[in-house]
Amino acid sequence: MSFSFASLKPEDKPVLIASGFVLVILLVGTVYTMATQGSAPLLSPNYLLQQLQTGSFLGIVAAGMMMVILLGHIDLSIPWTVAAAAMMATTVGGDMALPTGIAVGITVGLVNGLGVAYLRIPSMIFTLGVDSVLRGLMVWHTGGFAPQDQATPIMRFLAADKILGIPVAIFVWVAVSLVIVLILGRTAFGRAVYATGNREGAAYLSGIRTRWVIVGAFVISSVCAAMAGILLAGYSTKAYQGMGNAYLLPAIAAVVIGGTRILGGQGRYAGTVVGVTLIVLLNSVLSIMQMPEAGRQVIYGCVIVGMLLVYGRGNKVVS
Amino acid sequence: MNSLLSSLAISMRQNRGFYGALFLLSAIYLIYNILHPRGFSSAVFVQNANESVAIVFVAMAQTIPVLMGGLDLSVGAVMTLASCIASVLVNGSPLQIVFGMIVTLASGTAFGFANGLIIVYGRLQPIIATLATGAIAMGLALFIRPKPGGDIDGDLNWALTNSLWDFVDTYQLFDPDALWFQPIAWIPTPFLIIIVVAVVVWIPFRRTVTGRTIYAIGSAEGPAYMSGLPINRAKIAAFTLSGFFASCGGLYLAIQTASGNADITQAGAYTLNSIAAVVLGGTSLLGGIGGAIGSLIGALILRVISFYFRILSIDPLLQPLVEGLVLLAAVSLGAIGVLRVKNRLDLFR
Repeated sequence: MSFSFASLKPEDKPVLIASGFVLVILLVGTVYTMATQGSAPLLSPNYLLQQLQTGSFLGIVAAGMMMVILLGHIDLSIPWTVAAAAMMATTVGGDMALPTGIAVGITVGLVNGLGVAYLRIPSMIFTLGVDSVLRGLMVWHTGGFAPQDQATPIMRFLAADKILGIPVAIFVWVAVSLVIVLILGRTAFGRAVYATGNREGAAYLSGIRTRWVIVGAFVISSVCAAMAGILLAGYSTKAYQGMGNAYLLPAIAAVVIGGTRILGGQGRYAGTVVGVTLIVLLNSVLSIMQMPEAGRQVIYGCVIVGMLLVYGRGNKVVS
Repeated sequence: MNSLLSSLAISMRQNRGFYGALFLLSAIYLIYNILHPRGFSSAVFVQNANESVAIVFVAMAQTIPVLMGGLDLSVGAVMTLASCIASVLVNGSPLQIVFGMIVTLASGTAFGFANGLIIVYGRLQPIIATLATGAIAMGLALFIRPKPGGDIDGDLNWALTNSLWDFVDTYQLFDPDALWFQPIAWIPTPFLIIIVVAVVVWIPFRRTVTGRTIYAIGSAEGPAYMSGLPINRAKIAAFTLSGFFASCGGLYLAIQTASGNADITQAGAYTLNSIAAVVLGGTSLLGGIGGAIGSLIGALILRVISFYFRILSIDPLLQPLVEGLVLLAAVSLGAIGVLRVKNRLDLFR
């Protein structure tokens, strides 16, 4: 056994450390509940599945966000892509609800991708602009109120029902994860994403059509956000204003905690899954402890900084 | 005279974004005042200035990390933290008020300093480190003020949110109707605060070695290091100054609204708007080009656009859409240069 920590690949280290931290969170939470209530709800499968069900929305958003971050870009249009997809899906309703929501995602992704790849506008500001345009369109469409349309039965099924005792939403998350893993690991497009994220000029010179790679990654990100929006509308039976606001920063945090480099070119999907789990469990343990919002924010921030200080440090500039 | 003109021409060529923003602002503010039913008046100017101060300061705070090629996602949260601290401390006797203001500014500055330490010695990417510290600042703000509210000295509120005449009148500094004072008595106090802070803090700072190092880091960090520039000191100074500007915005917001409100959504909106203002003001998100004065103008452009909705009878439901489209159009204007690029490799910086 020549296994040692130092021999790990740099992209595997964060996954292991973050997994370890997930266990620490579970342990601390369990010790707390044992001490105060004498029971261990955190370790019961039902509770964990319920947490993962709400976590699957974040997981799907983070999966898409990871594609964009791997390119060294960022997608700030997530919040209103989520809301727009949910609102359009519930408005159209019937059999066309799901395709409509996905179509919203594809459209937003194409706009984002074309703006970033062809106009070369920094993604930070272009997606921000697209986000506020989407917000404007939705306020115009709904009159500024929560739309009255109900989620369709199939949306309810995907988000809130269970198969064999396991929430369907988790199956959706697993399916999305499989697709992303296959894309990143087994297709030319996936390799092109890593190459473009490392150095776009070099990738271009080696024959990769980097602009289409960027467009593709943004489309995947927006479609994932749209799917999360559809599920979220199904979960809460309707769409509402600002429903996606709570997903942007946690998604970025989950991707980065999972060891994906914010400058692009490096990162594993397993890390993102661990990052999402970490954030979801941290939230649920803090709510079990009845931590006020103030304390939650502080702990949340400290955990991100702490994790990054352990393995996210950059290189010293020496030349 | 001739050399002055030619140096102005050079400056214009080098700072196209800045002069473009300045021209745009003058144009839209002039048209705003022409369209305004009551024409230009000091009262309208005072109100406009009041509503602009917080976002102007936050935009200036955002500029400095952006000049280094980074991004500070905690500016809105630091501003909120400062306004919550101010809503507790800025009242009582004059001495207590001054003490409260100093503590407010000092705590925001200290938070920026801590950001700088984490980024330099932890070697973290600014964008992600400040995402986390922003959450911490929000948490601290919520500790101080779990519910909106607060107590701000009423005289201070009145003096700082009106014209200079009222400022002099409130504190009985001298006779506000004095003849020599008339030409400047109509100027809004908040407008003057912005100008004074920008001129006293930013312009001297820019001329120091630390200030120039920030530009050098944004252009090329490696060569800046090899030239012996104080990289670490400049980075820490940049985030400290950013925290200072953000806390100026927070202090003014607390005085203006006479309360503090630890609203996470509002803090996020300020952060995102500050990025938009920085870009509109001609600062490159890649770093090395631009300045805080440009962001000041960029923030004012954003505000003036929203003033238009009040005097034009645009359906209120369309307002967010128009705002978004204007932002998108403005940043797309900067992309025209892409069409002129002959060597496609130049695109991939």
